[in-house]
Amino acid sequence: MNRNIVIALIVTAIGNGTPLVLAGLGELLAERSGVLNLGVEGMMLMGAVSGFTVSQKLGGPAALVLLAALLGAAAAGAVMALIHAFLSITVRVNQIVSGLALTIFAGTAGLSSYVGQVWKVGGIHGLHQYKAVDLFGLKNLPIVGPIVFHEDPLVYFSVILVAVAMWYLFRTRTGLYLRSVGESPAAADAMGINVTRYRYAHTVLGGALAGLGGAYFTLALAPFWTDGLTAGDGWIAIALVIFAFWRPDLLLLGAYLFGAFVALGPTLQARGIHALPSEFFSAVPYVMTVVVLVAASTGWAKRRLGTPAALGVPYSREGG
Amino acid sequence: MSSRVSALRSVRIERRLDIPRWLAWVVPVASLVLALIIAGVVLAATGHNPVSAYRQMFQAAVTAKGGLTATFVYSTPMLFTGLAAAIAFRMRTWNIGGEGQLYMGAVAASGAGLALASWPRPLLVLAMMVAGVAGGALWAVIPGILRAYFRTNEILVSLMLNYVAGYFMYYLIYDSTSYWRDLSTPSARVFPTGKNLAAAANWPVFTAGSFVLPFGFVVGAVLAIGLWFLVRSTRYGFEMRVIGDARAAAEYAGIRTKRKIVSVMAVSGLAAGLGGASQIGDFGHVLDPRGLQQAGYGYTGIVVGALALYNPLAVIISSLFIGALSNSGNALQGPSFPAGLVGTMQGIILFCVLGGEILTRYRVTRRLPGATTHLAARPPASEVPRDGVSATEVAR
Repeated sequence: MNRNIVIALIVTAIGNGTPLVLAGLGELLAERSGVLNLGVEGMMLMGAVSGFTVSQKLGGPAALVLLAALLGAAAAGAVMALIHAFLSITVRVNQIVSGLALTIFAGTAGLSSYVGQVWKVGGIHGLHQYKAVDLFGLKNLPIVGPIVFHEDPLVYFSVILVAVAMWYLFRTRTGLYLRSVGESPAAADAMGINVTRYRYAHTVLGGALAGLGGAYFTLALAPFWTDGLTAGDGWIAIALVIFAFWRPDLLLLGAYLFGAFVALGPTLQARGIHALPSEFFSAVPYVMTVVVLVAASTGWAKRRLGTPAALGVPYSREGG
Repeated sequence: MSSRVSALRSVRIERRLDIPRWLAWVVPVASLVLALIIAGVVLAATGHNPVSAYRQMFQAAVTAKGGLTATFVYSTPMLFTGLAAAIAFRMRTWNIGGEGQLYMGAVAASGAGLALASWPRPLLVLAMMVAGVAGGALWAVIPGILRAYFRTNEILVSLMLNYVAGYFMYYLIYDSTSYWRDLSTPSARVFPTGKNLAAAANWPVFTAGSFVLPFGFVVGAVLAIGLWFLVRSTRYGFEMRVIGDARAAAEYAGIRTKRKIVSVMAVSGLAAGLGGASQIGDFGHVLDPRGLQQAGYGYTGIVVGALALYNPLAVIISSLFIGALSNSGNALQGPSFPAGLVGTMQGIILFCVLGGEILTRYRVTRRLPGATTHLAARPPASEVPRDGVSATEVAR
């Protein structure tokens, strides 16, 4: 019985954590290039509503429709990120306010809600959904079966993506250049690396991943759309990047950990355990984020492991 | 052809050393106009007639019966949260917790209003204001202290506390038998609501014909003038501006930046908390978690503050603009009027204000061909950190 609770908790944690993995990975890449994008929440919502809209309006085989929906979500996130990239890299405005503007623009009461109304996709049950697959036919193995071999394709995709990102960041020349752009854009520029191009590419890629993270809600977790669906996950993703010291592998761990905290309340209540009010469990992930941030900013972490030194600072040869 | 090239060559973009007064007006106004045009294109592209949509919005916000009064009703909380954003952002302290600070102000003020219902009205109103101030300020001091003494990113902490405050309100009304919850009738036990405040706790209104001005707006305007004076003409405000423009210089000059961060966060939270008190005293007369959360006044305050270019006095005007926008959006809500338009327009306005900021930093000049031209050698010290946050600020 208790083992079942733990397994159910882990399975739900992975489900809750996957959008955080995708969106967090996107933010991580953007921040590695030196661009802080606080618009993750807005980009996720745009991805969620765009992906859902495509999956509802497009006909054809389910697998193709879902793939097109993912592409639509990634494109929507990328376009949102492009606005931020233009303002923060080319116009060199304050990145904090620009990111906030993006979240207000695309967020709960903004463009994502507008799109949802124009295409009338709010409050209806989706036609297509990524369901868990029985990987290698091993889902009935004890313990690891339901956790490792019975997930939906996007979960496996996100894990592979984390591995690819690790390889890219730390084992390739482009990854090295990317990190140098985030550390010291002037030095990178002197080496002949195109700082602007790197920053644009990774900010837009980050937006596409945030869009996919949002689409995980509407295409895998529960196929429906409502305004403000992501409920602050975009912000938690940003916090996770700091928590993970800008490393994809730690990000994956952190995302599942947070997923577990989110899952704790409902999992206990579903089994009739009402030790504490549900609001307590709902608030735990947010309090945990604060605790984690404080922990990450003190003690041995003070050496700023992994923090891109030029994060949030626009680059221009003029030197301003 | 060659003359065109040389004409282009004679155009120079150079750094401004100071911001001319007229630009401080032109940028926000032009941003509003540009935002209307861009949103008009979006409207047209999605099958709405922008001209009739804007006409409807103007009527709903200004000329319709009760329209102007409703605009002030929407503007009042935004005035407070706009001030909260303006005062913190001016010092580059990124308090985006105005939302949660407003909730905590509302919780404290409604608690005071319920507990002290027997007090005479002026004292009761004052007590609610003090409670709102305390609730908002204390909630804002948490990210302030963490920022100042642990170097924890205040953006994320203040934002996370918004959710915590939101769930706290829900707990008080929906999931507990707290002092705030109405348990007097069987139906109230099944459908949870907050206790209604006594009539003596209703804040006064000023009426002129059919126009009704809420007391809270007057309080907010007084606060705006006070904060404007504080920023502009006091040592406190001077130190704030130095920290905001050149953090390192402030440290060298011996300004105690840590204390300042905490106290500015408190002032910022105080404004938002007073907005929460006004929501209870002026309008709601009951703690309504769902209504407060759906309104999202805290987040809108960021738009209001930015549109005012973080000048507290200008927040009065920008809150009226954004309030009119929200009012018309809500009044016209329905199948024919697109939901989300208001937020989209707010976002576009913010983008335009931000983009316009470059005009305040650079200027385009024309030089005669052949004349020696050179860029301003180095920007003044006060300009340098304006462009971004330092890495440590984000990381730690």
